[in-house]
Amino acid sequence: MGQYFSLSAASLLLASGFAGARSVLEPAGAEAQQIAILFWVMLSGGAVIWLGVVALLLHSALFNRRRLAEQSASRIILWGGVVFPAVTLCALLAYALWLMPALRPFAQASSAALRIEVTGRQFWWEVVYRPSRGPPVASANEIRLPVGERVELTLKSADVIHSFWIPPLGGKMDMIPGRTNRLSLMATKSGIFRGPCAEYCGTSHALMAFSAVAMEPEAFRSWLAAQAIPAEGAGASGGALFLRHGCGSCHFVAGTDARGLIGPDLSHVGSRTTVGAGILPNTEDAVARFIARPDLIKPGSRMPAFDMLPPGDIRAIAAWLRGLQ
Amino acid sequence: MRLIPKEIETLWTLFTAPVVWVVHFLACYVGAAIYCAKPELIGLSFSAVRAGIAAVTVIALSLIALSAWLAWRQWGFGTDDPPHDDPTRRDRTLFQGFATLLLSGLSFIAVIFTAMPALFLTGCIR
Repeated sequence: MGQYFSLSAASLLLASGFAGARSVLEPAGAEAQQIAILFWVMLSGGAVIWLGVVALLLHSALFNRRRLAEQSASRIILWGGVVFPAVTLCALLAYALWLMPALRPFAQASSAALRIEVTGRQFWWEVVYRPSRGPPVASANEIRLPVGERVELTLKSADVIHSFWIPPLGGKMDMIPGRTNRLSLMATKSGIFRGPCAEYCGTSHALMAFSAVAMEPEAFRSWLAAQAIPAEGAGASGGALFLRHGCGSCHFVAGTDARGLIGPDLSHVGSRTTVGAGILPNTEDAVARFIARPDLIKPGSRMPAFDMLPPGDIRAIAAWLRGLQ
Repeated sequence: MRLIPKEIETLWTLFTAPVVWVVHFLACYVGAAIYCAKPELIGLSFSAVRAGIAAVTVIALSLIALSAWLAWRQWGFGTDDPPHDDPTRRDRTLFQGFATLLLSGLSFIAVIFTAMPALFLTGCIR
């Protein structure tokens, strides 16, 4: 079963050109572990009951066809149809409710060392890291978290309802305009996971995703420190074209005059695992394609097409963006 | 004044248990929602909310048990087997008693399911 799910997940990943796990059944987080156990308990319980009912059906249809006395039939209905389901459902409900505090550990969330603010937008994710010490760090379409540490996520939406979900790490949580929802996650294994938007949010809903990267705490801290300062390539010549063609009025790139806040922050876009909110591999070619015709790659996105620019300029901008490590 | 009411024939007794279920459901959910939205309005801790839910649950289950007992009595304590489908006054009474008994059973389980989260939740979310 697990293998089948992995196989289908793998083929989907190949189709989307994205490398990373997304199965609920391969948990890599404390919450997802509980959800996976709940799934297997429910599945095996359901399978046992189903087999029992089918066996009883076959038994009475094939092997024991004599009529039951009315009283014993009533007794079977009372015990098998009323008492057994009531007690079983009561036990399953109690088990699921007992899991709830562990799945939504809000009590500890206030003491989390790291808070990540994620805002859903049509059709990308704005991400701000707020460590307990140090300045906030802005990013987009990628969430990195330290393994073995509890992280608090503050979830918001700027336009319509989105839903935040990293299947191998935990359950879903909606992002609702005007509300701030909280989610707390703890990765237990390092890896790259895919997070889809889990609530229909418009034309490119299916193309709205992000990658979640669980890293060793030390590597995470040095990564975060590097993200807080402008990328080394930020001052290079390709950046001049970026600014001249007006990209900076929507995008922010630290260390340059690009100060727009409408589109994703591109300060370290070259270091991300994907571009276009989880749909394209981060290659120069993909970046150039996105700049030229974002409307083809992501219908309904607010970024206009820039295919009127000389191809050489698009290439230079793409190369410069890839260099923002 | 008698403690247990005399047997009365009215359709209203049929609804007693589901109505208790409805009132209990609203008390639990509306109570918890108001407390979590405005804790300072009530000024009590969450364990007081849980205790309140426990209290209304005990009351609701007692009322439903009473309704079930009255229905059982109306059903003649199970002397006759269903279906009670003869066009007689006796069968009508037995049918009503039996239906009320079944509804009481359903409401009893539903009230337990409604109250169960209070056993496990220890605080408001957010």
